[in-house]
Amino acid sequence: MSLQALRIPTPGQVVVLSGNEAIARGAMEAGLGYAAAYPGSPSSEILASLAAVSRERGFYAEWSTNEKVAMEGAAAASYAGVRSITIMKADGLNVAMDFMTSLAYAGTRAGMVIVVSDDPGAHSSTKEEDTRYLVRAAHLPVLEAATVDEAKTMVPWAFELSEAIGLPVVLRNVTRIAHARGSVTLGPLTPPTREARFDPNARYLTLSLFHPVLHARIEEARARFETAPFNRYTGPADAARLVVACGPGWTYATEAVELLGAKGEVGVLKLGTTWPLPERLVASHLTHAREVLFLEEVEPFLETEVKSLWAQQTERGPVRFLGKASAHVAGPSGPSIGELTPEIAIKAIAALTGRELEVHGNGFAERAAKLALPDLPPRALAFCAGCPHRASYWAIKSALELDGRKGVVVGDIGCYTLGVMQTGYFTVKTVHAMGSAVGLASGFGKLGLLGFDQPVVAVVGDSTFYHAAIPALVNARYNDSPLLLVVLDNCTTAMTGHQPHPGTGRSAAGDPAPPLPIEAVARGLGLDVDIQDPLRTAEAVESVYRLLQTDGTKVLILRSPCALLPSTKRTHRAVVDPARCVGESCGCNRFCNRVFSCPALVWDGERGCARVDDVLCAGCGVCVDLCPRGAIRLEETAAIAG
Amino acid sequence: MAGDPVDRLNVVIAGVGGQGNVVASDILATALSRAGFRVSVGETFGASQRGGSVMSHVRTARDATPGPLVPKGLVDVVLGFEPLETLRVLTDYGQSRTRVLVNPRPIYPLAVQIGEGTYPDPGALLESLRALAADVLVVEGTELARRAGEVKAQNLAMLGALAGSGWLPIAAETFDAVLADRFGDDLLRVNRAAFRLGIEEASRISRVPASRAG
Repeated sequence: MSLQALRIPTPGQVVVLSGNEAIARGAMEAGLGYAAAYPGSPSSEILASLAAVSRERGFYAEWSTNEKVAMEGAAAASYAGVRSITIMKADGLNVAMDFMTSLAYAGTRAGMVIVVSDDPGAHSSTKEEDTRYLVRAAHLPVLEAATVDEAKTMVPWAFELSEAIGLPVVLRNVTRIAHARGSVTLGPLTPPTREARFDPNARYLTLSLFHPVLHARIEEARARFETAPFNRYTGPADAARLVVACGPGWTYATEAVELLGAKGEVGVLKLGTTWPLPERLVASHLTHAREVLFLEEVEPFLETEVKSLWAQQTERGPVRFLGKASAHVAGPSGPSIGELTPEIAIKAIAALTGRELEVHGNGFAERAAKLALPDLPPRALAFCAGCPHRASYWAIKSALELDGRKGVVVGDIGCYTLGVMQTGYFTVKTVHAMGSAVGLASGFGKLGLLGFDQPVVAVVGDSTFYHAAIPALVNARYNDSPLLLVVLDNCTTAMTGHQPHPGTGRSAAGDPAPPLPIEAVARGLGLDVDIQDPLRTAEAVESVYRLLQTDGTKVLILRSPCALLPSTKRTHRAVVDPARCVGESCGCNRFCNRVFSCPALVWDGERGCARVDDVLCAGCGVCVDLCPRGAIRLEETAAIAG
Repeated sequence: MAGDPVDRLNVVIAGVGGQGNVVASDILATALSRAGFRVSVGETFGASQRGGSVMSHVRTARDATPGPLVPKGLVDVVLGFEPLETLRVLTDYGQSRTRVLVNPRPIYPLAVQIGEGTYPDPGALLESLRALAADVLVVEGTELARRAGEVKAQNLAMLGALAGSGWLPIAAETFDAVLADRFGDDLLRVNRAAFRLGIEEASRISRVPASRAG
């Protein structure tokens, strides 16, 4: 992270920031006083950046237990006159949605910004949710930045708007802004207020009485959007061909128009305020356009809004609307599937204008097609070398095989979601939302009355346990549902970049905090808890097997730190003894690489035996225990820096 | 954006999750920015530490901030941390003028490991790169990093080779302050050593005309 750049007080300086860092900087320029979030890619670096500088800047930042709690905390700050921000990924908004729809009715006082990061293309998500529909359902204004620099500029503007209309303002971010980096021009930093106070005469209530107030506030937002600096038109004054673009779609559109040499013919209307629609502005361009193309991330949201606006016009010419709803804007998997790319924009604008762009040139594509190589093998996601999750799934799979009753493993959200794939041995059979493993297991557990006789194992991570598994565990315990909850505790929120959680003993700002261990919570519910190290394979298998044979709700914590944590030092590495490894003639089906499938265990085709890639090996030693020939041993490595 | 490479440059860094793509692209972008260029970087990370293909698009322009992704066919330089990923990116994003700097050390995909795919012959991979690219520099980045004291610093060794290749519009010295600002003492020592070995290697091998085919 570019924390130094975040701290620079000098306005006007140009630095390189990620989209997430730019949003953090924008909030600091706006006098942010309170920040709360739950990690989720691609949003996590916003709070991580804020937390890292919070102490020196004198504002509060926390990793909250979940997104709803984060949003509630931010609303409290707003009620006390403190500018606040809350940040989440799209899935997190679903968790916070009950509160957000209520907050919209009650309104806010000091500026409150809600950043929701969508993940078009699902780079690090299980789904491609388009947040704008949920925000519209709650009746809150939506902003979408087209560049990293604009993301920084938008945040202070969003705080001003929030205070002007008395509502939180949502910044819909996407991966190609959040995880992009770009040149950003810094503005002055503003210190937070020191006069936080709740007016004893004020009330903030969710009552249907306030529904008309909410509608009036949205109309006020629409009026301000008509002249917002983030909406602008470039191109010929009366262009018959118009591209309406938002988010990264705008940079793709601009570049595509330039590459196709269509600047004199195609107009581009950039919208940074996407709901409520600035109707007068958009309608003014529908008077000259005869073909309108939409470039936006995920669903045809703007496309539908603009078509609806056009239908309301009393005088309207014939307009062809081209976008995802009409299937004119589509990637390889179809419209609305996957993220926008420059290629999608080029193809759509080429079709709109009847132009062509030869991309590679000079017969490059023909030469590439003629290469005498087989198809390049894809790279599937896999647990890292030394990952304790691989060992945990090996233990669960082995114990279930010993048990023999066709036990069901239900999974959850985190690195360990990879339990549905090869390196988790396809063990996990359901994946849904945060905490859903325990709710589903609680349900399966009560089906005994209806003939269900398979053991049920719920797998959740440590951060997920605190986020949403506890209510379901209370449910299972109180209704006496027989299930085994296995908490894969790698001592961090690993998937999103090692954020602390209530079990780690560390606050967002890095201060010590009293840890709330998972076992203390579970024992507080009256549950028996076993704790094992998954890297000690025999003990872990024995524990899972034993707990499968007992009644009631049981908890097993498989605890071993993430191999990528900086504190997890590599002290050993595995070595294959080529004299002992007999390769294909062993009968093990190349167990260590084909079956156990740790990326550090590779096949040495020349010698016909397994080999350890010493760059990748983390020295966890699990393969040493599992090799049927005893051909792998651990040796100490010299201390390795970094 | 296929104009004068001094004013506009598109670099794609190709590798596998965990190889340090993001650190390399950040250092490159920061160095270009300090030399007065507008920059834009598009990356894919999140699930990237778990064995997947990783690409970082680093784009510069004097006059405007480019979008986060390089359109296919408009890449000037591929900086490859792994040969299979380098070829994958070159065939997808390259053009006849594309130049390539590649670490030839393979990292085997899961499909290969479990016997469901074949890793191309390493020699044939490099020949394919030479058949397509305008210039190919093969730099043993992992070995240079090992000499610097940390095998994982191959990203800095390869970045050093790029800085020493003469293909960038900025001098290799521009990176000195960026590295010093970014790393603490221990990491700085190792990473700077790897970076310098990369520069030396590039200037050594780029005197030899790269074999050309195709």
